[in-house]
Amino acid sequence: MEEVIKDIIIKENEDYIINMGPQHPSTHGVLRFEVCLVGETVKYLIPHCGYIHRGIEKMCEKDTYQQIIHLTDRMDYLSAHINNEAVCLCVENALQVQVPERVVYIRTILSELSRIASHQLWWAAFGMDMGALTTFFYGLRDREKILDIFEESFGSRLLHSFNTPGGLMHDIHPNFQNGIKEFIKYFRKKLPEYDQLLTNNVIFKERSIGLGVLSKEDAISFGITGPSGRASGFACDIRKRFPYSAYDKVQFNEILFNEGDTFHRYKARIEEMKESMNILEQLVDNIPAGDYTAKLKPIIKLPVGEYYQRVEAARGELGVYIISDGNKNPLRVKFRTPNFSNLFIMNKLAAGSKIADLVAISGSLDLVIPDIDR
Amino acid sequence: MSFSIYDFTSLTQSVDQALKNSLSPTWALIIEMVIVGLIFLMFYALLGLFLVYAERKICAFIQNRLGPNRVGPLGLFQTIADLIKLLMKELIYIKQADKLLFNLAPFIVIIASFMAIAAIPFAKGLHAIDLNIGIFYIMAVSSLGVVGILLAGWSSNSKYSLIGAMRSGAQIISYELSVGLSLLSIVIFSGTMQISGIVESQADAWWIIKGHIPAIIAFLIFLIASTAETNRGPFDLAEAESELTAGFHTEYSGIKFAFFFLAEYMNMFIVAAIATTVFLGGWMPFHIPGLLSFNTVMDYIPPVVWFMGKTAFIIFIMMWFKWTFPRLRIDQLLKLEWKYLLPLNLINILVIAFVVLMGWYLH
Repeated sequence: MEEVIKDIIIKENEDYIINMGPQHPSTHGVLRFEVCLVGETVKYLIPHCGYIHRGIEKMCEKDTYQQIIHLTDRMDYLSAHINNEAVCLCVENALQVQVPERVVYIRTILSELSRIASHQLWWAAFGMDMGALTTFFYGLRDREKILDIFEESFGSRLLHSFNTPGGLMHDIHPNFQNGIKEFIKYFRKKLPEYDQLLTNNVIFKERSIGLGVLSKEDAISFGITGPSGRASGFACDIRKRFPYSAYDKVQFNEILFNEGDTFHRYKARIEEMKESMNILEQLVDNIPAGDYTAKLKPIIKLPVGEYYQRVEAARGELGVYIISDGNKNPLRVKFRTPNFSNLFIMNKLAAGSKIADLVAISGSLDLVIPDIDR
Repeated sequence: MSFSIYDFTSLTQSVDQALKNSLSPTWALIIEMVIVGLIFLMFYALLGLFLVYAERKICAFIQNRLGPNRVGPLGLFQTIADLIKLLMKELIYIKQADKLLFNLAPFIVIIASFMAIAAIPFAKGLHAIDLNIGIFYIMAVSSLGVVGILLAGWSSNSKYSLIGAMRSGAQIISYELSVGLSLLSIVIFSGTMQISGIVESQADAWWIIKGHIPAIIAFLIFLIASTAETNRGPFDLAEAESELTAGFHTEYSGIKFAFFFLAEYMNMFIVAAIATTVFLGGWMPFHIPGLLSFNTVMDYIPPVVWFMGKTAFIIFIMMWFKWTFPRLRIDQLLKLEWKYLLPLNLINILVIAFVVLMGWYLH
């Protein structure tokens, strides 16, 4: 009980409050931190979300299952494919459909590409948060290669909505595999640049090592998943714990650290990019031939019941919970988005540190605001 | 001396004599001041435009970009277009801001940098004032800029601005010590505070070469501390875009913002010019003692080119800092100064005094 009381914030009238956001360079979107300062030190911090709430869950209730997929793109728009895949898997499980092996492999490849692209953008923006402006262009330069692969195959770079319940919209471009192989060769060479520019920088290390330490207990009780949780030793990789798609067919390591500070949250993501490239290498040459979609009825009606599917999104565990009453629309949809849980550890991590640390910590949690608000 | 063809002393003296012959001494002085002021104003504006352009190009090359390349050849007129934009922008006045101080602050910042530039010698005989305490004057004047920054932060009636201004105050006052002490080390070497004297003392070799290790240490400390004093990255805590949006000039717009912007670049030029003058021989050409023909060829390069070239080199290093390093945190910033640079500097000064006493330097 005492633990709980400690977390409650007591506001006082003479507090020096400063609003970071909703328009602020460091929040990467319309999030507002109500920060109480004592000089440079953060006394407490209250996150206010909802500035970009679009009611996606409510909108899903009047849409068919094919339409829902396009809405999920707009949650975590930096790894949109993974959101699509989660809904597709949930619907397919509910229908008990066996999707072709080809689809499973392509989906897994796309997930890992999205994860790398998302982490590249995170790295770019994190450097900016720390004041190193050059990282932004290095990160985007490499991300461009992945977006080019997406564009070639799906005609769209960011929100490609390429999945559909039962499979894919259409088949991949003949150059798809080659493009990925070239990208892996390219990015293997470029990743050391990330270390040279930021990881090994003295100022960066001084600022991030030992900053915002998240204990394993807190990670579990706050539900911090993804690289942020794994940097604290919380083994929460859904790909490893509850394999879906083709993750049971590939060998990869779950990146785990015990330190739980900003530097290791950073490190976890850098390492994860390397692991993702390993997974891609194992899959890219083995895409089986076959159909790109399973034959489904044009109007999908899920049997009455409740369905849940979890996947490992770029920022943590993404859960899709669908209640169906047998109609072509779901009765109720709920997304368990990783960023929503990850956001509310901010006060615990940032209280007592400096303003600059607050920015670094929120950067290291890799918050995507539309994913918080939905 | 062979570089007397580039000696500006006779030119300036003849202008002075002509004015004094035709006018009363008071009027001659006033007209001289106006002429020098106008020349500096022109120089100031041109240099500001050029430095902004240079920074954009350099940062673009560091960041895998092309930089400005549309307006004019190689994008040279981009900064002019931006300047026109800034001139035409609306000046936003903030409710409950201290109007007088709010409007005064940009001028204080820019006047401080304007005053410092007056003491810098661009070539032999080409400087506005040559005080016998030149180094002291530059230090005194350049630290006035912090008053403007503090006023800007205070009068804006914005919390971000206030935090930025307070950071800037703490930072500049701390790093002033290191700047002063590292300049003092060369004063010990050369035995004079007069800037022309310091430059003359480097005719055979620059102090960074003559003073070997202690001078190099002093130079490095000066480079770090002066980057911090100009509020540039990685010490740009007063602005700290990702933390404080724009720090002390968050609330400024239009030409007033441009003043802060320009003052930052001019301060960068001034500290680079001081580093050039004190450590790298000012407008003196590069000489290797003994190689007569080489030295003669070097002498034929105009001193202004030497001065500007060395200054540009130091400016390039400072831009390189900014675009590759992450920003420091405020406590680390102060720790760096008070726990590392200052003690090192104090020891270095003792070492230099000893070196000078024993004559262990080139002279």
